[in-house]
Amino acid sequence: MTVNPVKPTPVYKEEPFLKRLVLDFQKHKYKYLLILPIIIYLILFCYKPMYGLVIAFKNYRPTRGIWNSKWVGFMWFETFFNDPYFWRLLRNTFSISGLSILFGFPAPILLALLLNEVHNDKFKRTVQTITYMPYFISLVVTCSLLKIYTMENGLFPAIMEFFGGTRQNLLASPKYFYPIYILSDIWQGIGWNSIIYLAALSGIDQEQYEAAKIDGANRLQQVLHITLPGLMPTITILFILRMGNILNVGYEKILLLYNPSTYEVADVLSTYTYRTGLENQQYSLSTAVGLFNTMVNVCFLLITNYISKKTTESGLF
Amino acid sequence: MSKKQKVIIHNGMEIKKSTGDKIFDVINALVLIALCFVTLYPMWYVLCASFTENSYLVANQGVLFWPHGFTTGSYKMAFEHPLILSGYKNILIVLGVSLPLNIFMTLFCGYFLACKGMMWKKPIMFMIMFTMFFGGGMIPAYLNIRDLGLYNSLWALILPGMISVYNSIICRTAIESVPESLKESAYIDGANDLIIVFKIILPLIMPTIAVLLLYYGVGHWNAWFNASIYLQDNELLPIQNIMRSILIANSNILNASAAENDQVNEFAESIKYATIILTTVPVLCIYPYLQKYFVKGVMVGAVKG
Repeated sequence: MTVNPVKPTPVYKEEPFLKRLVLDFQKHKYKYLLILPIIIYLILFCYKPMYGLVIAFKNYRPTRGIWNSKWVGFMWFETFFNDPYFWRLLRNTFSISGLSILFGFPAPILLALLLNEVHNDKFKRTVQTITYMPYFISLVVTCSLLKIYTMENGLFPAIMEFFGGTRQNLLASPKYFYPIYILSDIWQGIGWNSIIYLAALSGIDQEQYEAAKIDGANRLQQVLHITLPGLMPTITILFILRMGNILNVGYEKILLLYNPSTYEVADVLSTYTYRTGLENQQYSLSTAVGLFNTMVNVCFLLITNYISKKTTESGLF
Repeated sequence: MSKKQKVIIHNGMEIKKSTGDKIFDVINALVLIALCFVTLYPMWYVLCASFTENSYLVANQGVLFWPHGFTTGSYKMAFEHPLILSGYKNILIVLGVSLPLNIFMTLFCGYFLACKGMMWKKPIMFMIMFTMFFGGGMIPAYLNIRDLGLYNSLWALILPGMISVYNSIICRTAIESVPESLKESAYIDGANDLIIVFKIILPLIMPTIAVLLLYYGVGHWNAWFNASIYLQDNELLPIQNIMRSILIANSNILNASAAENDQVNEFAESIKYATIILTTVPVLCIYPYLQKYFVKGVMVGAVKG
């Protein structure tokens, strides 16, 4: 994110700072007028909640308000770290996120590579249009369908019975939660997430392929030595972005899919935040958990960005 | 990859496909067709189920290749039910108020970010970008909504989602591609920034605006979480939350408010599918027309994010 350097005109530069400020406002008054509603929005709906984070260090009572509640230091964090569920939450969050990255991240790359090998444009475009579709289906609908398909007399248990398994409600069993979560995630995002890779693929110089063919490279070798290296910068940037969200698991989806019998594997930091905060009204504790979540995310983003800058010289900032 | 280049590769160089290549092509096509089937079947199933008799659905879940029996009763029911109707009404109100706000805010933000030379640009830009990486989180946001007096009102769904920084960056890139000379000549003719935004920039970036409308529109249409924590009255819930109640929580929210319980029970299963179709199909009809513009938006977001 580079900012275009501001070059004040010479007349500007000689003036004192305050005078320049006034001149700047006069010259750009309409631009500032346009950005004003956005600044007001940011203050009201982004920065005011950030101030609200102080209740993680206070004993928040709704009747007292944020300002008048008593300071308690790191008490809520200590409560959380000593919570018997702390390690379970951390383990689940990292498991779901790790599995999503492990399986969900390469899936669209693979689809893009497969589509790239299709030379019938009409077929290619049809496949693209169809695979984009699930991205536009709401989570409520996706999870409803999952629920219907995994019921005891539903489609998936029927298939499993056919292959010698036993019929059971899959969403009630902790064993199947991760596969259901990850596979449906891939189903929903594979087409949409492949768009960016396809765009990067179309930017690869076609002459490289011709040269490789003349040199006798087969298709696999072309993919390994031309296509993949051409995709690497895109993959790196998307990977950094993904790592920065390592603890941001799709809690909306988990909230729709989990139930007390799968809390053991499905309860993550953000769903715990939701339950302690909104169902049990322990606002301060819940905010502390949320803040912990955000801080870990920021750390991961910075670390991945640093590593990527050292090794590949491409990074976000 | 343009067509021209491919012709050269295939004809000009007379490359023969080896057997291995042919086998690969076939397997590749089969894999992609399988993926399309897996993608389409669930929606086809829902469509079939929505026309199927309720009793059949109760007995058999999940496998249907054709409607069993044919009835449109579930749709009639869905169109008459007060909660489903209020669900649609609420989401349409949210969309109607949100979308103009979304588009103008995004346009203004994109324009500001695309302009150069303002002394305050850097701090303001930092203020905008910072919110992409750090935020207050669920509980402070919830308490903030209560503080602002938006709790249990549709404004709680409209105002917090008024602008997305990500979309503003997409908009900025579109504005940056408008030639600077157009702006300069307008300045010389005495136009101010407001006139430039509305009379010059806006007409020129219409394709981007269309994609932004789709992104914001689908976002609002499919959202359910904020409504579930900010709204209390069932009559205010948008359609996704009504669907969540009947499909996921299996609550009898429909029965409670319907005058004739028997009628609801008669279609208890198929009405679920009818509502899915009614809420999903409108979106699925729109996106293919904007498909060619998706690439731009996605590229910009990832590279400049």
